[in-house]
Amino acid sequence: MSLYTLQKLFYELNRNPAVQEAFTADREAVLSSYRLSEEEAEAVREDDIGKLYILGVNGQILMHFAAWRGLAWDDYIQAMKDALVEHGQVRAGIYAAVDGGEGGAV
Amino acid sequence: MSLVFAGIMSHGPGMTARADRADPAVREPFYAALGRLREALEQSRPDALIVIAAEHFANFFMNNMPAYAIGMADEYEGPIEDPEWLRIPRRAIPGAADLSRRIIGEVMATVDVAYAEEWKFDHGIMVPLNFLTPRFDLPVIPANINCQGPPLTPLHRAYDFGRAIRRACDAVPERIALVGTGGISHWPATPNSGKINVEWDREFLNRWARNDRNALTSYTDTETLRDAGQGGFEIRTLTAVAGACEGHAGEVWFCEPIPIFATSGFAAIMDLSSAVEAQAA
Repeated sequence: MSLYTLQKLFYELNRNPAVQEAFTADREAVLSSYRLSEEEAEAVREDDIGKLYILGVNGQILMHFAAWRGLAWDDYIQAMKDALVEHGQVRAGIYAAVDGGEGGAV
Repeated sequence: MSLVFAGIMSHGPGMTARADRADPAVREPFYAALGRLREALEQSRPDALIVIAAEHFANFFMNNMPAYAIGMADEYEGPIEDPEWLRIPRRAIPGAADLSRRIIGEVMATVDVAYAEEWKFDHGIMVPLNFLTPRFDLPVIPANINCQGPPLTPLHRAYDFGRAIRRACDAVPERIALVGTGGISHWPATPNSGKINVEWDREFLNRWARNDRNALTSYTDTETLRDAGQGGFEIRTLTAVAGACEGHAGEVWFCEPIPIFATSGFAAIMDLSSAVEAQAA
């Protein structure tokens, strides 16, 4: 797991327009400068918001990335719900402890 | 001078971003309570406003996360979020670097606070300012308590941070207003967004309004997580305001769940002319 690095990518994307431009121009080049697991890189590559949630990305960072990628609020919430069904509970980060270890269980 | 105003309110981005989706029967009285808070703030004729917020990785990250931070700039910028998403236009917000420096120096007598000469406001500060100083013309001193990236500062330290801010306000000639912002129970930006434990919220606000330090600082994080979600960790900001108003009691003006805002909408104020017995420790 490299959740710290994964979240750092979103932290820098959210606050730095230059990183956003680089991400838009060549996502692979941006990805190559962060040491992510293949599963994490794939989720970023695919704009897989639900999977990123399962991997433990904090929603306070993820919701802005989701909005930037064009996901409406209800679709963002639904993507996380769908991912819980598909992948099971959140694996790491602050949500892994919520509701007695049941991650983001609704 | 001293502290001339102290209040608390919710700051969920939905309050502006998704305002049109809230039930008007609850939204309008909530906004009216915030309008009343704005009027009380204006009547206190403050020279500057300290906003104690729980920011969300807009400025501080786990590479170097301060438990407590205070801004020390003459100008800030916000919102850091997409202005069209938050529905608050991006702008410069006046700061007060010299006053910040004096306050930070005094706070440092008891709290090892970080300072920041650069700070981009996220919804945690922009949403409250949008309601309390809609012209964004009152100099702001941002303060942050880490409520998102554990390990988190304990609640009794948050209360002490408030005490330190109060002492700093008493030590400067300016008239200082203080606002604490955060959710009470909430599960923001998760599939549980909209889940609200309103009984827990009202009990917390009851403890806050009577400024019962022992009751306010008795929650464990395990209990808070279970009963109020990870968003409940933001009670640190509200607890700090109680610490700044030690010896005074307050009044809750509004607290009703508004699921599309992901929290209870709430507004409460401390009566700085009141007197209650302070608790030891």
